[in-house]
Amino acid sequence: MNIHEYQAKELYRKYGIPVPKGIACMSVEEATAAAKKLIEETGNEVVVVKAQIHAGGRGKAGGVKVVKGVNAATEAATEILGKTLVTHQTGPEGKVVQRLLVEQGLAIKSELYLALVVDRETRRIAIMASTEGGMDIEEVAASTPEKIQTIAIDPAVGLQGYQVRQLAFGLGLSKQEQKNFGKLLGGLAKLFEQEDCSIAEINPLILTEDEQVVALDAKVNFDSNAEFRHNDFWSSVRDLSEEAPTETEAQEAGLSFIQLDGNIGCLVNGAGLAMSTMDTIKHYGGEPANFLDVGGGANQEAVTKAFRIILQSDAVQGIFVNIFGGIMRCDTIANGVVAATKELGLEVPLVVRLEGTKVDEGRKILDESGLAITSAATMAQGAQKIVELAKG
Amino acid sequence: MSILVDKNTRLVVQGMTGSVGKFHTEQMLAYGTKVVAGCTPGRGGQSLMDVPVFDTMREVVKQTGANASCVFVPPPFAADAILESVDAEVPLVVCITEGIPVMDMIKVRRVLDSQDKTRLIGPNCPGVITPDQCKIGIMPGHVHKPGRVGVVSKSGTLTYEAVGQLTALGIGQSTAVGIGGDPINGTDFIDVLKLFNDDPDTDGVILIGEIGGNAEEQAAAWIKENFKKPVAGFIAGRTAPPGKRMGHAGAIISGGKGTADAKIEALQDAGVKVAPTPSDMGTTLQSLL
Repeated sequence: MNIHEYQAKELYRKYGIPVPKGIACMSVEEATAAAKKLIEETGNEVVVVKAQIHAGGRGKAGGVKVVKGVNAATEAATEILGKTLVTHQTGPEGKVVQRLLVEQGLAIKSELYLALVVDRETRRIAIMASTEGGMDIEEVAASTPEKIQTIAIDPAVGLQGYQVRQLAFGLGLSKQEQKNFGKLLGGLAKLFEQEDCSIAEINPLILTEDEQVVALDAKVNFDSNAEFRHNDFWSSVRDLSEEAPTETEAQEAGLSFIQLDGNIGCLVNGAGLAMSTMDTIKHYGGEPANFLDVGGGANQEAVTKAFRIILQSDAVQGIFVNIFGGIMRCDTIANGVVAATKELGLEVPLVVRLEGTKVDEGRKILDESGLAITSAATMAQGAQKIVELAKG
Repeated sequence: MSILVDKNTRLVVQGMTGSVGKFHTEQMLAYGTKVVAGCTPGRGGQSLMDVPVFDTMREVVKQTGANASCVFVPPPFAADAILESVDAEVPLVVCITEGIPVMDMIKVRRVLDSQDKTRLIGPNCPGVITPDQCKIGIMPGHVHKPGRVGVVSKSGTLTYEAVGQLTALGIGQSTAVGIGGDPINGTDFIDVLKLFNDDPDTDGVILIGEIGGNAEEQAAAWIKENFKKPVAGFIAGRTAPPGKRMGHAGAIISGGKGTADAKIEALQDAGVKVAPTPSDMGTTLQSLL
């Protein structure tokens, strides 16, 4: 799960990580008042107006403006708020800016990069640090990998002093900067673990003339598996307008759903089977409209909802149900399909392939439903059939 | 022979009294698995389907001699359940539970790596089956057939798919192992490949991977150097868009890494024959025997 920069910075503050003074704003008026307040408090005319969307690359897309004075801040806010930003992470349709962060301007001596991620290879939290701050880190990793230092935190003992020193010397920090960096990194490591993050990234992490180390940007992603530990906080920072509505609806029903560009709806159990169903549809010349894994624990209600989501899409010109029941029972799937089509009708071709746990019961339910279903014996056969039928 | 489980496996089910645990314990019993105990704190002294239930894993091991555990405990308590089995020195723990926080698995894996009594399979996996001898997990037993091909996979349903195809071709399986699709798990492809390599009754292997991470690439490198038997492979997610988590917590292409094409290339370079579609996994393996 993603949160906005200003929310991540509030969380950073809670863990003692220095961030610029800033105020989140939902309107131009609020932005004007925020700029005025910051200028009064800091005695510095320079403020930064930043678009708050769940995507990186905002600066290049014109979503971040450094300005001088209240009037200029108002102008910048007017320009950015409501604008559609297209960055390398938003997709071609872009994202509309609905929130702003107005921050004090800081004099930057140099820009660094710092990130914590879950490293699958070492099976630990890895810290990555680089002197190449403010750049696209993937580009740095590709062109000058030696400029990225990586260390892993041993979960048995936590972050150690020597690890902090190793990074700090590698970044060429002064004695005072090392001290400040150590404090910041300790806070970030604690935040990462306690808040169940999957990514915590600061790009850039800046050094100021007075040897302060400050998180100028802040990105935090949470591990959605840990939602049960953070229900209240996560629901308070979740911005549903940043998420595709169908994906949210599916998620609430315990389904894993991703909207794609094609016209063949898929209802599958298991992530691997769902992915390879997409692959197979494409192999036979079709385009999947979605990824949908109903998982193993879904009840009939969730399956009904899943099928309803597919039926309601205007893009869908054919549906392929591909089930190999293990923990999921075929009769549950069949009942869900029948219930959803009874409610919404079925105007597009439907190909069903059922196999595995309770397969006979499932097939019987579909046979007796009177629905116009084309059955398939294998995934390949089913994919071929639905590709043909969806062409009309 | 087989790997990991056989007719001598004595199974305890952690979380047997929950609805999912109960349903699948029933299925495992029907398949012939020796389920000797259940473990649910607070339910000790009761029994379910004639299987005695205990409060703690130490008690289970002491009273029943269980040598394998199957975990159906919900995500908030699953890591604790795994660690309890490690403490009780159960040799094999198979965790079916999906949705365990990665922070919990980092700690579990750290504990696993510091001992040599317990092996964890999963989490978020279908389990392990040696056909007609022992089924631990949630796979549909009837699609399996005893034989000499090993299957190792990140994906549950694709394992059933591969096994179903093999059985339809008349090719039986020695053991099928689902290692799960989480970013941090207990047993990797290489661990299972080592066991298959040493098993005189396994003649060939189907390896099923998916996008995300680099476990497939590592497996490919190991196969190239060490594996003596033919391998057929399949990688799911060729058409998955980057940056999107495809159901499994681990199935995500990030920063251009973990793509299906890179994995397929690595496997082919190691001499693995990669099936063009998931429907060809069985015939691809057949062509190698």
